[in-house]
Formats: sequence, structure tokens, C-alpha cells
Amino acid sequence: MTTDAVVRIEGLRKTFGRNEVVRGIDMEVHRGEVVVIFGRSGSGKSTVLRCVNFIEDPTAGSIEVAGIRLQGGFRTRRKLDQIRRLRLHVGMVFQQFNLFPHMTVLDNVTCAPRLAGRGTDEEINRRAQELLDRVGLADKAHEHPIRLSGGQQQRVAIARALAMQPDVMLFDEPTSALDPELTGEVLQVMKSLSTEMHMTMLVVTHEMGFAREVADRMAFFHEGRVLEEGPPDQIIGSPEHPETRAFLDAVL
Amino acid sequence: MTTPASDETPERAESRPGLWERWQLASARVPFRVKNAAVWVVLFALLAFFGNAADFDLQWIRDNFRYIAGGLTYTAAMALGGIAIAIVLALLGALARISRNAIAYGVAGFYVSFFRGTPLIVQMFLIYLALPPVGRNLAAKYSWLPEGFDQALVLDAATAGTIALGLNYGAYMTEIFRAGIQSVAGGQGEAADALGMTYAQKMRKVVLPQAFRVIIPPTGNEFIAMMKDTALVSFLGVTASSAEIFRRSQLVGKADFKNLEAYVTVALMYWGLTVLFTFFQSRLEKRIGRGYDRDHVAKVMKVQSELPSEHGGGVAGA
Repeated sequence: MTTDAVVRIEGLRKTFGRNEVVRGIDMEVHRGEVVVIFGRSGSGKSTVLRCVNFIEDPTAGSIEVAGIRLQGGFRTRRKLDQIRRLRLHVGMVFQQFNLFPHMTVLDNVTCAPRLAGRGTDEEINRRAQELLDRVGLADKAHEHPIRLSGGQQQRVAIARALAMQPDVMLFDEPTSALDPELTGEVLQVMKSLSTEMHMTMLVVTHEMGFAREVADRMAFFHEGRVLEEGPPDQIIGSPEHPETRAFLDAVL
Repeated sequence: MTTPASDETPERAESRPGLWERWQLASARVPFRVKNAAVWVVLFALLAFFGNAADFDLQWIRDNFRYIAGGLTYTAAMALGGIAIAIVLALLGALARISRNAIAYGVAGFYVSFFRGTPLIVQMFLIYLALPPVGRNLAAKYSWLPEGFDQALVLDAATAGTIALGLNYGAYMTEIFRAGIQSVAGGQGEAADALGMTYAQKMRKVVLPQAFRVIIPPTGNEFIAMMKDTALVSFLGVTASSAEIFRRSQLVGKADFKNLEAYVTVALMYWGLTVLFTFFQSRLEKRIGRGYDRDHVAKVMKVQSELPSEHGGGVAGA
């Protein structure tokens, strides 16, 4: 069990000023596994996700991704290099998409692999086209992101993250900024990543339908801790904690 | 007892509009742009009238125009050199001002504070006249300094002036560049980080290209202002290479007692250059604003309106 852990979070703490947002999280995500994190806003779920690839520096604890293990705390020059190496194994999809508006869709997808020297331009372009095809946007390769709908932008963002061939994908509320009729296309793509590519995924979302269908495990976050964890049927069907039950009643 | 006047007045106003009202109605039919042009024509005519009354010597201008215009090369060279130095310094300064490196931050803060806190003309004299003795004294004191160090800080007027312009404008533009970089949404940098880009890659490929949309328009303003401030270099001295247009107009104007003609000529030259560059700049602004969403444009406008507009040389952008 421990050998195939792609992500291992141990004793993670994160403090903003005097506000302790994450109060000791231990978590493992295994290869090919989809883990859904859910909970109230302010429960620390996004912060944990952002600590995994050091977009946020953990205050304490350790993060291990693909065998690269880093402690929290001050960011030295040497650690910065290690963080960058760790990030090359992690893809991230943001709530606000964060596509690069000055680049075409294709350039958005090819930019990072090219800078990282992941093959010839030809190979990188071909792989990008394949990924755009996978998310159903091959015909939009030469458009600018602003011309795309929110759902299309988020699918490009998924292709962009996949282009670095990550070991794990982090999704930070990927459908929360979308109009309701556009969430389906994004969730569909995410589902296909799991079923077709067996991608390891750590997903922060309130989409319980998606969680029930795709997740292997769910973790309910409450006040910076994991209050309850288990398979979706158990968590959604018969939650143990009254907090979990109250939250599920509110979102279902 | 009756008040016939008050009964009649409104009727009369409706049937027979007064002279002022008829003038307004007639004026409303003329497009605003035409009226504006008419005002300009009248103002130029007035200038011409007073010029004529003051025995304005057009022939003298014809004879000397070529000589004064010959200084345009030096004016342009100093402005271009100055803006080049300023852009490099502003970029470095802005990156330092947003970094968490205390040395970079401190040095940049010191630089911006000093060059915004002292007059441009003082900075010019410091570099032109106050630096050479520093070089001589250091060379006399420390024998390990390389041969010829005593002359190393001796600069000709045009070089000293250009460096001073670059340093001064670089300080103002540091703030422009910093605001431009900070106007790029934080999520952009996070996305670049998450993709494993280095700091340099993130800046070069993601942040700066977007920041430049915000930076270019005010930088154009700075360039126009700097072009006019090259006139200050004429106070440093008369070497061949510092004989830009203002110095030349002074020289010939004084010699022939034609101050009016000389200064009007050079003023029109600066004015023409300014109008020309303002035209190019507005075209450039339209081009780089293309294809961007309203949110971004609104943000660009906001950043620009928040920038400091006061200047070392007392110049407001055209």
C-alpha cells in the first residue's frame, strides 16, 4: 500500500497570520486513485491542495510527491529548485481557469512542455493536439481563450496541465466558476481521465454526483482537519458525523 | 390691477426667439469637431497677427531653419538613449520592488527616492560637473585603481545629460512598471508556477507580456516628456554633440538678436514632434488593446489613473 502512494501528506499545518487554516492533515493518494475533498468554505480544503504543489508554503509537516519529499517552512534557494522538480510531477486546474490570455489555446498547452524541454517542437505540438482532441477542442487550437466559453476554457486548462504528463492532477473547485449548464462537459472530461487514463486525481468539489460516480475515496474537511474519510457510498449514504450529515443535507 | 405683461411674456418667448437663442440653435447644427477646428484656426490667426505686429522675421527663420533642425539628430539620440536606459532601469527597479530580497528592494527604493526627490537639472550637473573630481580624487588616493581612472568619470555634456535623463525617468517608470506587473492577475503567476516554470520563464512568457499592455501607453507619455526635457542638456555646455535644437536656437537667436523667431521656431519643433508621437502612440494603444476583454481594459485604465503624474522636469505628458 505504501509503495504506490503518489502523494503523501504528513502532519500538514498552514497558518495565515494568526489564523490556523489547516490543523494537521495526514493523507495518501495512491496511483490511479481519485480522492474527492469536500467541506465548508474555510475548512482548509483548497489550502491543502495548494500546499501539495507549494503554491502555498506549508507552515509545518511534509509533502511527498512521486518520491520527492519536502518539509514545510521557509523557502531556501535550494528548496525552491526541489519545489520546481516536484511541481513537474503535479498538474493543477484552478477554479478561475487561469489560462494565459495572450496566447492561443495551442500555445497555452505547449508553452510549459517546451520550456521544460520535453521533446522537439513537433512532438510537443502533436501531443498538444491529441490532448485538445481528448478534451473535445481540437478545432479551437488557434483561438484565444477569451473567445471560448467557461467550460471550454476549463477543458483547455485540463489539457494544459496534462501536457506536462503529471503523476497526479489537482482540481481546485474546477466547476465552481461555471454556469450550471457548463459543468457537465468539464466533469465528463475529468471522469474520462480516470476511466481512460487511470489518472491519479485529488479533487476539491461540491459535485456529489461526480464524487459518487468517480471517486474511490472521499474526505470531509472541517475546521482544518479530516473529520471523516471513506468510500463515497459510505460517506454520502451513511455519514457518521452530524457535521458531515448537515453539510450533505445542504448540498444534495 | 390686472397683470397683462405676465400673461403675454411666455407667448412672446415662444413665437419670437431672442437673438441668443437663435444663435444657439444655429450653432447646434454645426458639428462639434468643426467648431473645435474653427477655434484652432482663430487662435493661430491671432498668433500670426501678433507675430506680424512684432515684426516677425520669416526670412530669418528660413535662413536658420536648416541649422536649428540639424540638432534634431542629437535631440532624438538623447531621447532614445535616455528612454532605453530608463526602460532597463525601470524593469530592474520594478522587479526589485516586488521581490522579497531585502537588498534588491532596498537598493531600488533608495534609487527611486533619490531620483524622484531631486530636480532633473541638479542630477545633470551632478553627473556632468560633480563626478569628474570624484574620479580624480579617488585615482589620487588609491593607486590600485586602473590606469586612466582619473578621466573615467569625465563625460561630455550629451552623454552626461542622456544618463541623467535615463536615471531620472527610470525612477518614475519603475513605479509604472511595478503597477503594470502587479496588474497581472495573481492566478497567472500561480498557473505558471504550477506548470513548473522557473521565475525567469514565468516573467518572460507569462507575466511581462501581459504587463506590457499596461506599461506601453504610459511609457509613450514618458518618452514624449523626455524628448522635451532634452532641452535641459543645453545648460551643461556647448560641445558639438550637445548642440541639440534648443541650444542651436539659443546660439543663433542671441547672435542675431532674433530671440522671438528663434524660440518660436524651436517651440514649434518640439510641439510638432510631440503631436507626431502622440499620434503614433494612440495608434499603438489601439493595437495593443485589441482582442482583450472589458475587465482587462477597465483594469488597465484604473492602473494608469493611479500612477503619479508629476515630473522631475515639470512636464506633464502631452
